[in-house]
Amino acid sequence: MNARIPVEDHSKQEIKYSTCYMCACRCGIKVTLQEGKVRYIQGNRNHPTNQGVLCAKGSAGIMKQYSKAKLSQPLIRKPGSERGAGEFEAIEWEQALDILTNRLQEIRATDPSKLAFFTGRDQMQALTGLWAQQFGTPNWAAHGGFCSVNMAAAGLYTIGFSFWEFGAPDWDYAKYFILWGVAEDHSSNPIKIGLEKLKRGGGKFVSVNPVRTGYSAIADEWVPIRPGMDGLLAMSIVHVLLSRELFDYEFLINYTNAPWLVIQNPGHKDDGLFLRDGNGNPQVWDLEKETFVNGADVGITPALFGDFVAQDGRRLKTAFTLMAERYLDERYAPANVAAECGVPAETIERIALEMAHVAFKEAIELPIEWTDVWGRKHDKVIGRPVAMYAMRGISAHSNGFHSCRAIHFIQMLLGALDGPGNFRARAPYPKPIPPHQLPENNLDIINAPNTALSRPPLGFPTRPEDLVIDEHGNPLRIDKAFSWEAPLSSHGLMHMVITNAVNHDPYALDTLILFMANMAWNSSMNTKNIQDMLREKDPEEPGQYKIPFLVVVDAFHSEMVNFADLVLPDTTYLERHDCISLLDRPISEPDAAADAIRYPLVTPDRNVRPWQEVMVELASRLKFPAFTKPDGSRRFKDYPDFIVNYERSPGVGFLSGWRGKDGDKFLKGEPNPNQWQKYIENQSFFAHHWPDNQKYMRFVNRDYLEVAADAGFVGKVEPIIMQFYSEPLQKFRLAGQGLYDGPQPKDPADRERLARYFDPLPLWYEPLEQQRVDAGEYPFFALTQRPMFMYHSWDSQNVWLRQIMAQNFLYMNARKAADMGLKDYDWVWVESHNGRIRCQLKTMEGTQEDTVWTWNAIGKQKGTWGLKEDASEATKGFLLNHLISELLPEKQGERRLTNSDPVSGQAAWFDLRVKIYKAQAGETGSWPQFDRVKKLPSDHYSRPDVLRYDARREHEKD
Amino acid sequence: MRLGLVIDLDVCVGCHACAVSCKEWNASGTTGPLTDYQPYGAEPSGVWFNRIRHFEVGTYPNNKTVNFPMSCMHCEDADCVTVCPTGASYKRAEDGIVLVDQDKCMGCNYCSWACPYGARELDRESGTMKKCTLCVDRIYDQAIPEEERQPSCVLTCPAHARMFGDFDDPDSEVSKVVREREGYVLMPELGYNPTNHYLPPRKHKPIPTDIGADKAGLAGKLKQFVNRMVKR
Repeated sequence: MNARIPVEDHSKQEIKYSTCYMCACRCGIKVTLQEGKVRYIQGNRNHPTNQGVLCAKGSAGIMKQYSKAKLSQPLIRKPGSERGAGEFEAIEWEQALDILTNRLQEIRATDPSKLAFFTGRDQMQALTGLWAQQFGTPNWAAHGGFCSVNMAAAGLYTIGFSFWEFGAPDWDYAKYFILWGVAEDHSSNPIKIGLEKLKRGGGKFVSVNPVRTGYSAIADEWVPIRPGMDGLLAMSIVHVLLSRELFDYEFLINYTNAPWLVIQNPGHKDDGLFLRDGNGNPQVWDLEKETFVNGADVGITPALFGDFVAQDGRRLKTAFTLMAERYLDERYAPANVAAECGVPAETIERIALEMAHVAFKEAIELPIEWTDVWGRKHDKVIGRPVAMYAMRGISAHSNGFHSCRAIHFIQMLLGALDGPGNFRARAPYPKPIPPHQLPENNLDIINAPNTALSRPPLGFPTRPEDLVIDEHGNPLRIDKAFSWEAPLSSHGLMHMVITNAVNHDPYALDTLILFMANMAWNSSMNTKNIQDMLREKDPEEPGQYKIPFLVVVDAFHSEMVNFADLVLPDTTYLERHDCISLLDRPISEPDAAADAIRYPLVTPDRNVRPWQEVMVELASRLKFPAFTKPDGSRRFKDYPDFIVNYERSPGVGFLSGWRGKDGDKFLKGEPNPNQWQKYIENQSFFAHHWPDNQKYMRFVNRDYLEVAADAGFVGKVEPIIMQFYSEPLQKFRLAGQGLYDGPQPKDPADRERLARYFDPLPLWYEPLEQQRVDAGEYPFFALTQRPMFMYHSWDSQNVWLRQIMAQNFLYMNARKAADMGLKDYDWVWVESHNGRIRCQLKTMEGTQEDTVWTWNAIGKQKGTWGLKEDASEATKGFLLNHLISELLPEKQGERRLTNSDPVSGQAAWFDLRVKIYKAQAGETGSWPQFDRVKKLPSDHYSRPDVLRYDARREHEKD
Repeated sequence: MRLGLVIDLDVCVGCHACAVSCKEWNASGTTGPLTDYQPYGAEPSGVWFNRIRHFEVGTYPNNKTVNFPMSCMHCEDADCVTVCPTGASYKRAEDGIVLVDQDKCMGCNYCSWACPYGARELDRESGTMKKCTLCVDRIYDQAIPEEERQPSCVLTCPAHARMFGDFDDPDSEVSKVVREREGYVLMPELGYNPTNHYLPPRKHKPIPTDIGADKAGLAGKLKQFVNRMVKR
């Protein structure tokens, strides 16, 4: 009776291993190819990132490869046509490269800053950053400024590693896990793997999030916080811990600057700085010796608390005393923050005490011998098994830097960092606090023609002298990063580039190159106006646009492509060589340093080139020093050659595995001509598993730090002392107060912002935009998130994934909606200080009552992404972006300021407030609507009504 | 043998990884292709063997969000088989997998109406009914590494919320976990005796909070802290 089930014919198949690029997670993939067609993509079981599993995006990679949105030919805006009209002519690569080379040559020989190069979901920032540095422009950054910089900066100025990508929870040992503001994230598969491990082991999972979707769905406790209040909640938890003396004395004294002495001298230039000896060493009070000693020394007994008087009579307090004074204040008592946070006081207190219980009563001891950087041997590692992770919900607010620091305060108080069960560092982190890398700010070098920058364009300022400003205090970067407006903007402010360039503020650009960034759509605030800005002509230069030349590099037909003057079509991730480098954003896990490659598995069927190759080509044509031999000839044949042979410092290159002539060295070693082959043989990744004695406490772990120093992760073997009290912030605050012995801002707005927001201890303040918007008129907080099956990807156009979601709704708390007379599928207007949109409503229980939210980047412009004109993404889908301004609401007498965190420049997407009212009868469909984007001349794809994909046969049916 | 799935609702985050992995494996598999309609148009849809439902229980703020993957339950007493007029729907004696013989199916939809779980998917292009095969073309394929001879959805699940095994074997992982975690079947009252089981969310003991004494009078609290001798 049973029909015989045939198994697969494998004779025409081959299996290859590569790295996924469906999001930023970069999992290992095992790809089955059927005569060159992609049959099956699965997770690589041996890969440290995903250990065999793969998310929905990863599996849908097949439909990305066969997307109808793929660009297939270089394009140039049709002469005489208007930018944004979408009229293009196909050109050959040689012509495209000549046009671009000539333009760039001219810029580089005159004023290199007139080139801005910004990248979106870029996984090769080590290369794009090097390229910009070699060109000589300070105007480079990736999309971190509008995504995660609050997390990165707060972590790197506080603990030496950070949420986002520079650390991960220790799922094997954690017993209590708090997830702050995360629905889905970069490490999407690792977090899912980890949550199951945690729960299987009986650990408790608490999610702090206004919305109960995604990970929050399986939280053992959901804390529906009011948006933007996370910092206040964290500070209240700090209050509870301090109130009950629940902190780890040993950890604080050994590994943090809690005992360092801070000068109390209000109104003077030394106020708030650390007391230091003649060599710059921070001083502590030694309880045994009863004198001031070098806080970096070993053999000391520092006082954690106390007021002291220096030999010269200045008053001093320990950093911890200042901290205790602040957070013990009744302002932070649970009862006094409950209403603002929307979290009952008893819940706040209970969570704090549960964490303390787990940290101190359920501590783990692993019998691992290790040696600290002071040479002391330890016979065990102690783990206080409380772990945390935090991202967008903290990051995307203008108070996010301080909120994130406050979360790190909880971790430090509990002694719960980089030990078993904690949030742990991923190589090349931890690094010195902050990392020893300053952004290029030498005006002579920046202005010099045909000259590479001496340092990367991005870095970590520690004092006003490190800002990237001219002698008048004006920004030197087009995005105003590292200016008084956003001093610690370590990832740049990509969200300001178009606005600033169009306003010629601080100056005009000539050429803007955008790689894989949809700045004409969902990656910009204020989308509709941004599109208008891209079309804006320069009245001073007839016929010229405010941004004269716009180059868009992408593999797919995004809304941004429509505004390009020159389009350079990229390959897909299955078609090219690629490198996920330790010099860049690591794929390391806490237990292993790791990097990875991609190599071509599928032959492109279009006239496209990998942007990596094009960058190496341009660098060679433009004769960048690092890409040119002394005789003027090109140094690297192509991108693979560059990856193997480029050395940042002797022995340190883009790939850390199989180095040395014979491929027997790792992390450091001379170039190996067979390195690509070795990676391919080893399933396209390299992992160095840390031995047990180098796995924990790496901020002071001597054996680890010795390896790290040798590999160039850190400059030298020295303790990385965590910074409760941030002296760099205080130096900027002094500049705002007019007390700094160095550059100080002139504009009162800058002075006020520095004085207020550069507090050396975390403070909570109402998000900046909300300070200027009437909460009575705009009663709702409005947020976005992305669904797990599209997070951080280009894939709301993916044929399979769009079947899961092809329209987004505005979600509102059900009872709230009922109170307002609103119901499911009502069309509503959503209005902010910046404009209004129309969209369709859905109600749900799992949304905090003062909050509305939607899925981001579902809405599309008609005609883009290979979709048909009637695609619901365009007719019913919508962007919340139109409601968000990239500038703060105007204030009389003040120049326009960025809508960003005043410390880090992080885009404040989630500070939005809106009002909502029902649309009139007959008002349906999303609004605003945009002109249909014209079909590209190179687009010869059919778009059948029925698709029958099968790797074994031709799959289209018209 | 009685093969089937266990789905752990304590850890399913509703990410749709299983659904898409199923789609990609089966699109080019025994019952492939799985047709997509209006793939670039207004209302994209298609044939999927595994779909994730999302719903809420309870009211704010005590609500829960439940992600509920659903596919064929491979019932012991499968009405979809009984009602099939052509004998295309059948339950394999050797492992209990319910399959549709694509050569015999005429797409009459009877089985689809009989299935209370909505597990059957009519492919309008082939005119046949399709459904979860438990990746029967993977699990017996000796050319696939042994540890990968599992349904695609199980292999890929990032939260390890899916398990595959033999419910007739009391020592199998699936049998054990169903016993230990009080796994249940969906709509048992209908009497189809489904093979697939779901695991309910785990229950936790409260964590003690009697730690640290809150000293009276917060203002004076700082003064009460005593420096401890901690030597570095």
